[in-house]
Amino acid sequence: MAIQILINVLLALLWMFINNSFQVSSFLFGYILGLFTVYIMRKFLPEEFYLKRVIKILKLVYVFAVELFKANLSVLKIVMKPQIDIEPAFFAYPTELEKDWQITLLSSLITLTPGTVVVAVSHDQRTLYVHAIDTKDVDESIHGIKRSFEKMIKEVSER
Amino acid sequence: MNDLIQNIAISFIMVLILIGALLSLVSTIGLLRLPDVYTRTHAASKASTLGVMMMMFGAFLYFWIVKGHFNAELFLAVLFIFITAPVGAHLITRSAYYYGVEPSKSTSHDDLKETNVDQS
Repeated sequence: MAIQILINVLLALLWMFINNSFQVSSFLFGYILGLFTVYIMRKFLPEEFYLKRVIKILKLVYVFAVELFKANLSVLKIVMKPQIDIEPAFFAYPTELEKDWQITLLSSLITLTPGTVVVAVSHDQRTLYVHAIDTKDVDESIHGIKRSFEKMIKEVSER
Repeated sequence: MNDLIQNIAISFIMVLILIGALLSLVSTIGLLRLPDVYTRTHAASKASTLGVMMMMFGAFLYFWIVKGHFNAELFLAVLFIFITAPVGAHLITRSAYYYGVEPSKSTSHDDLKETNVDQS
């Protein structure tokens, strides 16, 4: 991915030199032309065409923003109830992610999503210990959400 | 036409800042009402993060659209809060747990106690 972006930027610079105009607009035009070139040459470059991964990352950001709003709504509902009748719990969540940055990203996402905060990561990095604010109805749906996050992170990082 | 766009923008900014302030209030009420450290972290980390982010984004948009001054620092501040808030929540709960702070009575089960991840 990095090498493709570098090639694209270099092509944009080349376009600026060809036109002898050093402005942001000509850089952008050259970048778009370079994007086409990289797309045509994608078979000869390592990894797949990088825009695909950029789109996946944007999708992850979008899903995350939606979950953040939901989390705040659920906190608001719990706090504003006349009687607080929550049932907190610590539960173990097995993860298949391996690299450090993936686990960090997953635990940040879990911490900012509805009803869950990561308390500890086990030493072999196979288990996350999560504190859920209310286990009564959330347990299954939480697992669903986190499966989807984990799947998206895997998709983002695959070669 | 320009006036109309500016009015729409200003009402949008008003909504952003009001909701941000409301969320900060909710987070404070949560800190007072919830029973133990762990549940309080939920309120503190989520509601106040989004609240502060929305207020900063509102201020950013106000200076950009109404005053015509693009302030990139506010935008960076939103990003930094977004990155650091969950890490802070994680560290506070983690150190509370390893220091032996008891969770509240209503806690139903505790997977972490049985496995006993050692306290390094």
